[in-house]
Amino acid sequence: MATTPTRDGPPPTATDDDLAAMYDDPRFVDLKRRLFRFVVPATVGFFAWYVLYVLMSAYARDFMGTVLFGNINVALVFGVLQFISTFGIAWAYSRYAAREYDPRAKELHDEIHYGGNAR
Amino acid sequence: MNLLAQADTTGRTLTFTLFVVMVAATIVITVWARRHTRDATDFHSGGRGFRPWQNGFAIASDYMSAASFLGIAGVIALSGYDGFLYSIGFLVAWLIALLLVAELLRNSGRFTMADVLSFRMRQRPVRTAAAVSTMSVSIFYLIAQMVGAGALIALLLGIQEGETFLGMDAATAKIAGIVLVGLLMIFYVALGGMKGTTWVQIVQACVLLGGAALLALLVLADYGFNLSNLLGDAAEASGAGAAFLEPGQRFGAEVAGDATATMWNKLNFISLAMALVFGTAGLPHILIRFYTVPDSRAARKSVNWGIGLIGTFYLLTLVLGFGAAAIVGAEAITAQNPAGNTAAPQLAEAVGSNIGGSTVGSILLALIASAAFAAILSTVAGLVIASSSSLAHDLYNSVIRRGAASDREEVVFAKFAAIGVGVVAIILAIFAQTLNVAFLVALAFAVAASANLPTLLLSLFWKRFNTAGAVAGIYGGLISAIGLVVFSPVFSGNPGSLLGEGVDIAWFPMSNPGLVSIPLGLVCAVVGTLTSSESRPDRFATLQVRALTGAGSERAVKH
Repeated sequence: MATTPTRDGPPPTATDDDLAAMYDDPRFVDLKRRLFRFVVPATVGFFAWYVLYVLMSAYARDFMGTVLFGNINVALVFGVLQFISTFGIAWAYSRYAAREYDPRAKELHDEIHYGGNAR
Repeated sequence: MNLLAQADTTGRTLTFTLFVVMVAATIVITVWARRHTRDATDFHSGGRGFRPWQNGFAIASDYMSAASFLGIAGVIALSGYDGFLYSIGFLVAWLIALLLVAELLRNSGRFTMADVLSFRMRQRPVRTAAAVSTMSVSIFYLIAQMVGAGALIALLLGIQEGETFLGMDAATAKIAGIVLVGLLMIFYVALGGMKGTTWVQIVQACVLLGGAALLALLVLADYGFNLSNLLGDAAEASGAGAAFLEPGQRFGAEVAGDATATMWNKLNFISLAMALVFGTAGLPHILIRFYTVPDSRAARKSVNWGIGLIGTFYLLTLVLGFGAAAIVGAEAITAQNPAGNTAAPQLAEAVGSNIGGSTVGSILLALIASAAFAAILSTVAGLVIASSSSLAHDLYNSVIRRGAASDREEVVFAKFAAIGVGVVAIILAIFAQTLNVAFLVALAFAVAASANLPTLLLSLFWKRFNTAGAVAGIYGGLISAIGLVVFSPVFSGNPGSLLGEGVDIAWFPMSNPGLVSIPLGLVCAVVGTLTSSESRPDRFATLQVRALTGAGSERAVKH
């Protein structure tokens, strides 16, 4: 199958068994590992960072009230940093996924739907 | 006499006119969308053809409720920094949706949260449980929004005790406001389905963000774009001084000489913070938005749009809240509304009047009032479509008809379900009007965090997870979250309680159950799983390959 005319229309249906068969494929195991490699540390990291912020807001109020300049204190800067880290992680994840994840996921997707030689 | 009442009849008519223009525009959109809604995929998921930015705006619109616009601005205006704690929890929570939920849900589900939960389980018990929890979250949230809407419309139109507008006194105006919001949300959903609702939400997000951005800009311009001066003025005007800019004015209050009370106050604050961060990715009306885009990459991009818009919006509310504290002042705000919900509109009027007299003040007030109205309408519409989809797809088609209902039957049922949910919400909101229902939003987040998120994540990632685990997890989380609130000070035991001081069944010391109910929901799910021998590794393999590669996932419809 050198050409795949069906690609313009909806892809051929894949059965549940077709999907399950991919589960033990080393490329799927690799795909999963690539996803977890980013998602797990990012989740643990942002959550720890958020919990630190919450705990400091509850128990380290003197420190949070430290004035840095003018009327800007640590609490405000810490809060704004939570915004920045959220934006940053979202941006980093999109970059990572586009580079490391999407091409591989698409390869497996196409193989399941169009068969092994359909490239 | 108060600030809004001074905005004479001209201002009131202006506000009213802007409301009418916005509502007319959304009605046109809905009628248009109705012509383009043919099958169940159109109705539940808007044909899955939305672009990421469109879905991002709709996500933001779903999420930015009156509670987050007027509520957070009000909390900041009255209690300072602590309002910001809310915004941060609400925003950071989106990382869970982005990293763990959005893409996998888009790939593996079809119309509802239950599609993913029940993928490798016995359909009927799991879908029933998911529908029950979807309805609980949505109804709690709906009542809170609608009661707020009634009070707000009366306030924003400036109708006070003893005054009338279009022949309505304040009490009638509140009920009229609830009924109007209810009828509009039914109209959007029953006629326009997800396609109409999404476009309405996109327009409303623009109104809300535009209004908030303009006002924040004017406030900052007033201070020569020097945030520090603004904060200084706010702190001084509040009377609390530097403490106004630090955490602790409202949450986790320290009670002098009572270490136990202090401890519970702080744990209660942490409990709220946990419900906020884990709740978002379990809210049914947020989850079903991921089905409206063509694939998982578009779902990811739309969450990024949502994060950008929502984050910007919360930074704006920070300026609005401190601006209201500095320019309007706590006394004038509490005179109008003790909870501070009118801080942003009052700020609009004050800033406008400073710039160009009462006419500009009225125009800005009308604009912010419309923005608030947009915030309410878009959130309630999202909640109604989530409820009606779950009732039609999960309860009616899968449980009652055992999957035998046609597309057409499911859509017709969904439309009637939207009307039913809307009518029930209107009636409950009218009865709940005089009660203090502010806790319901936090409760909705706590239920979503305790019942929905743990089961959702376990079904995507834990091979052994099964029907008994999913059912135990949902009901365990749901019952523990609601149960703990019933036995908390929210319900009884002090003058501000729902049942008043006379009844005292409060043995649970925190008004936010999350710290206990989230782990409890998770434990129920795990223990439930282990008590049953059901295990379907083949279905798990199918689910995970589908979730991660998108193979076999639902496609966009081409008409």
